[in-house]
Amino acid sequence: MATAARRTQGASASAKSAAAKSAAGKSPSKGRAAKGAATNAPTLSKEEELHAYREMLLIRRFEEKAGQMYGMGLIGGFCHLYIGQEAVVVGMQMASNDGDQVITGYRDHGHMLVTGMDPKGVLAELTGRRGGYSKGKGGSMHMFSKEKQFFGGHGIVGAQVPLGTGLAFANRYKGDDAVSLVYFGDGAANQGQVYESFNMAALWKLPVVYVIENNRYAMGTSVTRSAAQSDFSKRGISFGIPGEQVDGMDIRAVREAGARAVEHARSGEGPYILEMLTYRYRGHSMSDPAKYRTKDEVSRMREEHDPIEQVRRRLIGEFGVPEDELKGIDGQIRKIVNEAADFATSDPEPDVSELFTDILH
Amino acid sequence: MPIDVLMPALSPTMEQGKLAKWLKKEGDTVKSGDILAEIETDKATMEVEAVDEGVLAKILVAEDTDNVAVNTPIAIIAEEGEDVSAAASAGPSAAKVEPAPAPAQDGAPAQMAAEGMAAEPAGSAPTGGTEPVARPAAPAVMRPEGVYDATQEIPAGTELVTMTVREALRDAMAEEMRRDETVFVMGEEVAEYQGAYKVTQGLLQEFGARRVIDTPITEHGFAGLGVGAAFAGLRPIVEFMTFNFAMQAIDQIINSAAKTLYMSGGQLGAPMVFRGPNGAASRVAAQHSHDYAAWYSNVPGLKVVMPYTAADAKGLLKSAIRDPNPVIFLENEILYGQSFPVPKLDDFTVPIGKAKIHREGTDCTIVSFGIGMTYALKAAHELEGEGISCEVVDLRTIRPMDSETVVASVMKTGRCVCVEEGFPQSGVSAEIATRVQADAFDYLDAPVARVTGKDVPMPYAANLEKLALPSVAEVVEAVKAVCYR
Ligand SMILES: Cc1ncc(C[n+]2csc(CCOP(=O)(O)OP(=O)(O)O)c2C)c(N)n1
Ligand SMILES: [Mg+2]
Repeated sequence: MATAARRTQGASASAKSAAAKSAAGKSPSKGRAAKGAATNAPTLSKEEELHAYREMLLIRRFEEKAGQMYGMGLIGGFCHLYIGQEAVVVGMQMASNDGDQVITGYRDHGHMLVTGMDPKGVLAELTGRRGGYSKGKGGSMHMFSKEKQFFGGHGIVGAQVPLGTGLAFANRYKGDDAVSLVYFGDGAANQGQVYESFNMAALWKLPVVYVIENNRYAMGTSVTRSAAQSDFSKRGISFGIPGEQVDGMDIRAVREAGARAVEHARSGEGPYILEMLTYRYRGHSMSDPAKYRTKDEVSRMREEHDPIEQVRRRLIGEFGVPEDELKGIDGQIRKIVNEAADFATSDPEPDVSELFTDILH
Repeated sequence: MPIDVLMPALSPTMEQGKLAKWLKKEGDTVKSGDILAEIETDKATMEVEAVDEGVLAKILVAEDTDNVAVNTPIAIIAEEGEDVSAAASAGPSAAKVEPAPAPAQDGAPAQMAAEGMAAEPAGSAPTGGTEPVARPAAPAVMRPEGVYDATQEIPAGTELVTMTVREALRDAMAEEMRRDETVFVMGEEVAEYQGAYKVTQGLLQEFGARRVIDTPITEHGFAGLGVGAAFAGLRPIVEFMTFNFAMQAIDQIINSAAKTLYMSGGQLGAPMVFRGPNGAASRVAAQHSHDYAAWYSNVPGLKVVMPYTAADAKGLLKSAIRDPNPVIFLENEILYGQSFPVPKLDDFTVPIGKAKIHREGTDCTIVSFGIGMTYALKAAHELEGEGISCEVVDLRTIRPMDSETVVASVMKTGRCVCVEEGFPQSGVSAEIATRVQADAFDYLDAPVARVTGKDVPMPYAANLEKLALPSVAEVVEAVKAVCYR
């Protein structure tokens, strides 16, 4: 399965895989987690697979519900779904510790759910209600939980990269051993402030892992049309930042590479770059018809590399988990999501007095 | 329980769409993620995915049906284990159809059109765009000597065609690109995607990839590159997907584009346009709703244009492209889809720096620009019914500001209310008020009033967003206050 994933991803960006091979010797990467055949793939225990299954399914069902509610006019503005990319945040979460910080852009629902933020509060923020994480004032793109060390939720492409580097700076300054996980897209990777951040992070050996979620498109622009160096794991070379490309559809590969990167950062060796090769099934946001890619490309990813389906098959085939047990999990998750939806639609809008609060302390 | 599949909204402003095609038929099994149907809106074709699992028990809206309202049940799904025929005959469960919340803005498209401000058919009586509305009871208006008369921009008898602001902007760029080989457009998603808001639709097809250029997401980089190209003799049109993202690039806009002519002693300037949607859209929250009119209007070396009608959008964009200076051209996402009469002329331009009396009146001057005009015009309309005659001045250009036209109007009416969506402190209204009190102090019967966005970052929640924006009621109230009514 892992081999198949590699082949498809390589084939769809042939220029990229050729470049990756020829320059492989120069890459500072310690290893390419997903490169090997299925037999070499890192493994997870049954408990870990079950955990991953549950977490990824929660994101999937949550996002489907959000999409449906958007269609009903219950969610407004922009709404960017994470469907297809679930293995990235779940694997990284499995590789990190409580107390490590997370920061990302606007495609943030999955990141929040894995930090343990309450689906009710996240969905109520999407509907703009008072029980939302930002009291309804931030919406889908702008949500935070200091308690869970989730620092947003940012609408400006690339802005989270210096911010996340600053979180790492604070960790080192304070002398604690937390690591900052900074997520951004293939499109965001072209912003200048990313490289300003890389330089400072490497210069000051900051404990930060840059997770580039390469889902092949920034809105309607494919990576090949926007990136001179489309192997993003190499974007740190001139700063001496090690990087690797990871099969972001395979939770095992993500967890393994994530653990290596987090350990590197935590041990004081400085920043690390993980390029997650992943895919978003839906349009960029709800109003994107996604005409820039073929239906075939989307359905092939869904059918052959779905991160949740991969785990499901292993649970049944390798760990002998009865299908009924998985159905039971599915039922529990639907229940959580439906309860969140009930809350998010019945909770009142913020009180009008909230208009003028929280502007200054 | 059978589940209703509802007609989805695919964008914040969508109210209805066409159900183009069913990809599943009655009796088919469906699971989460399956594509059920395709729907079309004016902008795009989209797929409807299933969220629930079961059997498609009944199709309620046949394919190829136009104008299906958002949230109408379009099909019924019987859940696993349910009796399909019973579900099919049960009909849609009305209780599950939740009404969409009211549009977040007073200025929502449907209402604006209904109000008659926007879509006047071509050639009909006094139009929103061209001639002043004559009120039979109004005393004859004397136009002071030397004040600009915008009615002369369109020669009498010119045919008017109805088009959207979006189309007018596109036509302006296309005409200028045909006319001048050095003009090119650059920005995120402007070429192959045809513009994030479809403003550059068709330009790639006509002018090719050399002149219609998709950039990476690197605003500071491509804005600076544009300034450099302008130094070297090209005439770039730099599109920002929205002006919120131009904050990434503001150093190049101000330190390089605006100041170089001066710093080089007049040798070198940046003849270029920075354009894109500005201000609040619908429910896009604080980081995507900023109105930058006041910011850019603060900077010498820039011109700042913010049109309301499609005709002005077209005529002013053509002038901006030809202007030898950097021009900030502030558009508005909500106005893009609004229709207005536009003169059918081979080369229609509107001069930068000239305001327009959009509606004549005698009791109070309302000064506004861009989408602020929607509040101003609706308020004027409402006040007319209460016997208060408002003159509505559309600034069109913020910098250089046509204070002459404003002051002349205030001299006539004795009262002035400024309307804008931007923040109050150091806003455009503050500038207008300063000029009016300096130049028409003796004519004022009341202090200048302003109606602005509230002094808060834009909230996401629908109820708060509505409160954060100006409203027609606030304009009406302000006018009454200065009229002591
Ligand atoms: C500075 C800035 N420029 C442009 C945008 C508009 N925009 C929002 S998302 C996006 C695409 C980003 O793509 P990528 O970084 O690949 O992330 P993905 O959406 O694929 O998760 C763009 C251009 C923005 N929000 N901020
Ligand atoms: Mg992307």
